[in-house]
This record gives sequence, structure tokens and C-alpha cells, in this order.
Amino acid sequence: MLKLLIMLTFTALTVFGQKNTVPKEMILVNGGIYTPLYVNDTTSQNVEVKPFLLDKYAVTNRDFLEFVKAVPKWKRSSVNKLFADENYLSFWKADFEIGENVNPNAPVVNVSWFAAKAYAEWKGKRLPTVAEWEIAAQADSKSKEGYMNQEFVNLILKWYSVPSSKNLPEVGSTYKNYYGLYDMHGLIWEWTSDFFNALVSGESRGDNGINRNLFCGNGSVGATDYKNYPAFMRFALRSSLKANYTTANLGFRCARDIK
Amino acid sequence: MKKYINQLVIISFAASFIFFSSCTEHEGEEKLPVIHAKLTHAPNVPPPTGRDYPAKVVVDMEVVELVGKLADGVEYTFWTFGGKVPGEFIRIREGDEVEFHLHNHPSSKLPHNIDLHAVTGPGGGAEASFTTPGHSSTFNFKALNPGLYVYHCATAPVGLHIANGMYGLILVEPKEGLSKVDREYYVMQSEFYTEGSYGEEGYQPFSMEKALDENPDYVVFNGSVGSMVGDKALKAGVGETVRLYIGNGGPNLVSSFHVIGEIFDHVYTEGGTAVKQKNVQTTLVPAGGSAIVEFKIDVPGEFILVDHSIFRAFNKGAIGKIAVGGNENESIYSGKVKEEVYTGKKESLGAINPSTGRYNSNAEEEKYVPQFAESNQVDYSELSKSAQASRKKEEGNTDILSFGKQVYTTTCSACHQADGNGLPNVFPPIKNSDWIAKKNKEEVIDAVAGGLNGKITVNGKSYNNIMPPQNLNDKQLAAVLTYVYKEMNKSSKTVSEEEVKKYRNSKSITGN
Repeated sequence: MLKLLIMLTFTALTVFGQKNTVPKEMILVNGGIYTPLYVNDTTSQNVEVKPFLLDKYAVTNRDFLEFVKAVPKWKRSSVNKLFADENYLSFWKADFEIGENVNPNAPVVNVSWFAAKAYAEWKGKRLPTVAEWEIAAQADSKSKEGYMNQEFVNLILKWYSVPSSKNLPEVGSTYKNYYGLYDMHGLIWEWTSDFFNALVSGESRGDNGINRNLFCGNGSVGATDYKNYPAFMRFALRSSLKANYTTANLGFRCARDIK
Repeated sequence: MKKYINQLVIISFAASFIFFSSCTEHEGEEKLPVIHAKLTHAPNVPPPTGRDYPAKVVVDMEVVELVGKLADGVEYTFWTFGGKVPGEFIRIREGDEVEFHLHNHPSSKLPHNIDLHAVTGPGGGAEASFTTPGHSSTFNFKALNPGLYVYHCATAPVGLHIANGMYGLILVEPKEGLSKVDREYYVMQSEFYTEGSYGEEGYQPFSMEKALDENPDYVVFNGSVGSMVGDKALKAGVGETVRLYIGNGGPNLVSSFHVIGEIFDHVYTEGGTAVKQKNVQTTLVPAGGSAIVEFKIDVPGEFILVDHSIFRAFNKGAIGKIAVGGNENESIYSGKVKEEVYTGKKESLGAINPSTGRYNSNAEEEKYVPQFAESNQVDYSELSKSAQASRKKEEGNTDILSFGKQVYTTTCSACHQADGNGLPNVFPPIKNSDWIAKKNKEEVIDAVAGGLNGKITVNGKSYNNIMPPQNLNDKQLAAVLTYVYKEMNKSSKTVSEEEVKKYRNSKSITGN
């Protein structure tokens, strides 16, 4: 008990101590305990998420253009197909031109996991883990536990249910959540660093045969909250991806450890 | 590291398995001819394969998410196989090898897959066809079992993908083929769970609560209310044989499939390949299941497809129609040949005594008299008081015009409107009507008592509609027509009860 108290105090101090050094484009998320949608016998039910920093907004076309200019091997025409499929940045006009029809402040999409990771590293950041992203996205505008609010869940479900729009709106155009993060739902899907481990809580794929493809009734076997439809849909999407895939509604935002 | 070794072992095992199976599969077999499957949207069915040999059949199917019509004025976001609900009909032959390409449109929000119940293999193809937006997957299967099978998307949460419209039918013809029929149609039932209740206009999102409660607002055939009525009714002719391929996408409800006015001569229950039953009125179609029914059409008219879990048909949209043209066969069905006054079961029993609710009967016939139970008697005194009051009002009403107006209001105004001006292009005016002026009294009485059907011209405008015969007694009919003549058409004509009686007598003579 004492140990825990010390740990908590330490954490609080660390957090407090870091507050002043949070860059203005990032938000401190205090972390907590995350219960993965899928668990198995060999892994813990719960994952501890340490405090971390997360970008306030998703990375925009303008941001990504800067990156491509700085690191031209990530330009559309020269990217290795192993690292990004043929739809990589396909909605841009040219290698270094977003084009008049695309809002530069809209989130960049049609980027692969490799490209997103490269961008993050170029920025001195990283992609958030599934657990981090899910903890941050659970909050609605009033509370950390937004996922308990059926209205909020329904709103997310509504967005998931409609096809992607051709022209994405600007970042910041949906809602600001409890932490101060914008558009965690309602704008785009977002890459996570360990999306390929989507169905198990730990680092490895686990060994009890949980089905990665989540098909049919099987989808609910082993699930911790089988009424959380939005979570199922996110996990289904993550499971359908490979790291070189790019799709018209999948972008990302960056995270960083607290140093 | 150990993990990678494990994976390597699994991969090499899987590879050798594929190698092995592909060797055996092609042993001693000629290379199959390649055919691109022709897919159709409901209610159409692709033509029979017409083959007596197996083929390699290539199926291309595109998943598209789009906003469409669920009912008049009601929109919904459908997730579709091929752009419409239900998904496209696939027709192959037992023993065919299918190369299935599932394309997920780039505008899709979600990954999708396909589980074909005709596939023998884990997930029915779901695992192999799991496809993110803007990608395509290919997998192969051999159609081992003939029958009519449902296919559906099985991506988690599976209920939602089915609830949004992701299902269709695949027919695997048996090697010997199916018997020849004149018409084949594709009918698929399913439910929709919307936030607004039935008919509430505008865009309706999915309601998770209603889906979990299995309490849909819409139960429909072929993806929307009214998909097979009016101009879109299925067509057939007298003397033709009709085969319906019926599927039930669910996601939850089991269908009591029935065609009003027809008897299924043959039913391939649950979509199997044997006629398991003949002469069936209603066949059960499970969610995620199918049935094939065949019937010969003997008489013309409209035959209504319903889910005979009947509130779904009446209140939730589960109605379709088969419009049949051809010659009447009165020996099979006559239509109404006569209607007459009925005063009770047996004249000898006399009238029902309103104070006792029993027949005023002779003692020796008492045993035949239906009795109300002594207990369980409901106190009708309040009700009967008001009934008596209104009867008194009616009886005491010597003013035929105000009685006529009362009849008009309860019987005629719903269509012809309270002011008698009708509804433009739908219901003709009764007020200042040149049609009424031109017709003699007997024709006008006939229009009300016998109904009108087809094209008529009133005040220079033509109308083509149906007016059903009105169930009015002589007094009511006389009063309402007198009211219409005098008050609405400034005519001096009146209609008496005697004139109505005379008309009815002439009708019943010609009717016989």
C-alpha cells in the first residue's frame, strides 16, 4: 500500500513537474488503466497506461507536405511500395503540391503506417499505442469516462456508419474532448503504433488462438465489452490493415513520452 | 525469437498443405472453362447455368456504403454488396470452382468481408475476404453442396453489418439442374432498426438499442418498403409456373413467408435440394436461411407476398405483390357473385335480444343457441347508454339532409373531402359535378352501392382510380345521395329508400 502511495505521489510529481514543458501543440493525458476489448488467459485484463503527450490535432496536409519536402524519399512518386501502397497520397495534385481541391488544414489521409511512423520520428515523436489512443479517445467533452455515456457512443456509431466524405473538413471541426484533444472521433480513423497487436493486450500475439479476423459471432468471443460497438469497429478496422496500406479516411496524430 | 520460429513452422505447414491440396484437386481433371458470373439485383435472377459440366466461375463483387431510400421520405445508410440491398444474386453449379473477388470501395468507412453459407471452410470465406477500404481480396472455393444459400458480411460487430444491409443469395444448382419454370424471382426479407419509428421522415440512423431488443421498425422485402408494389410488382401470367428464391437476411427475425391467394405447390424447405413438402400455405424462413417455393398461377389478379407474422406486413412494410394478367377462370375463383342482407343464423331463432345478448329462441332450440358465459360478463351499461343515445339521435333525426351530411362526413369525406371538392388528380369532386348531373339516379346509386373502377371524366379532368362499394343501408344511401344532390349540386333531385330498394332488387336479379 505504501509502495503504491509513493508511486502515485511520484507520478503526480512527475506530471506536475512536466506541465510547463508540454509543447503547445500537444496535450498531457494522465493515463490510467485501460481494459482492452480483447484479452486472453495469459495476459492481464488491464493495461497500465503511463502519462503521455498527444497531439491536439491530427496531422494535416500542410504538416505532411513539409515532411515530404524535408524527406523526399517519402514523396508520392518515389515511395517504396513495400512501405506504402499505390493509393499513397493519391488525392494530392503532385509530389509537392496538395492541390486547390484539398484543404491544407484537413487531416492528411492515404498515408501508410510506415509513412506515419517516419513523420513522427522526424518530429521527434512517435505514434500512440492502441491503449494510449483508446484511453485518450474514451473521453467525451465533459468527462474521461465518455464511453459510459450512451449518447456519446451513439454519436461515434453514427459517424462510423456513414461512408467517407470526399472532402474532409479541417482539423478541429468536430469536438474538443475532456483533455483538450480535438476530433478523436468523427473526422478520420487514426494509426496506432501497435495496431497489428490489436486483439491482445500485451506485446505479443498471444497463443490461445484468438481470431485476428473477428468474423461473425466469433467477434464477441473473448471480448470484455461486447456492447461497445464502436470499439469493435475500430478493432475490426485495425485488424484489416497492413502497415503499407493507405485508405481515404485513415490518418494519424503523434504522441510523445514525458521526458 | 521463439515466436518467429513458431510462425515459420506454421507458415511452412500451411504452405505444404496448400501445395498438397492443389495437387489432389487438379489430378486427373481437365482445365476448367472460365466463366464470369452474371450477377443480378433483386427481384431478378440470373438465367440457369445451362451447363452439364463444371467451370471455373469468376465472381466480382463490390462493397459500397451509400445513403438510400428505406421508405418514402425515409433515408438510411446502407452497406451493400453491389450497390443495393439485398446483394447481387449469384448463380453457379454444383462442382464449380469459384474465384471470388471482393472489392471494398475506397469511400467505405469500414473493412468488410463475405461469409457465403455455400462455402465449405472456416468462416465461409470471411477470413480470406476481410478487406479494408480501397482494397480487394481474392479467394477460391469449390461448390461442394447444391442448394440456395445466404451470404453476408461477417465483420465485427457482425449484427451491425447485417442490419445495414449486407446479405444476399447464392444458388448452387444441383448437377442435374432445376426443373424448368416460366418465371424466377429473388425475394429477400430483412429488418431495419432506426432511431425514428416507422415512417418518420428524414435521415434515420441505426438504433443499437432496438437491434439488441430485436424490435425493428421496418421489416421489408428487397431492401425497402414498397420495393415490389405498383409498377415494381412482380409480373406473371395465368397458366405460368413461378419459382421464388426466398432469403431471410435477418438479422434477427424468422419469417412466416406466405403469398395471399396462392398455395405453394412445392417447397424446398430451408433452401435444400429436395421438395420436402407439397401444398404449403406458409413456409418458415430462418434468419440466415432460405427457401424455394414453386406454384402454378391459375387465375389473374394481385397476389400479395407477406410475412404472415402479420403485424410486420401491416405495420412494418413486409409486403410485395405479384401482378397476374390473363383470363378469369370462374370455376376456380368466381369473385363476389352476390351480396345480400343477413339477419341472423336461423330465422326460427329470431332476433338477438339486446338486453340479454341472446337469441329470442324457442325452448327446444335452446341447446343450439350460443351463450355468453355467466361469469366474465363485462359491464356494458356505460357503452350501451351512449349507443342508445346515438341511436335515438339517428332515429329522431327527421331531417334527411342533416342525416345525409352525417353519413357523408363519416363515409365519403375521407376521399372526396369535407367540402366535396375532392383531391386534384386523385379523387374527383362531388360538389358541382358534371358527372353526377349527366348520370341518372340509378347510375349514381350504383356508383355508391356497387363501386366504381377505371377511368372517368369529371368537370373536364380524367380520374383513374377505384371507389370500393360502400356498405350503407337503404336509409343511409338515400339520405347521403339526397344531401349530395341538393346541397352540393344545387339539384332538385332526391333519392328515397324505395328507389334504393328497387335498385338493389334489380341488381340481385341480374347478379344471379
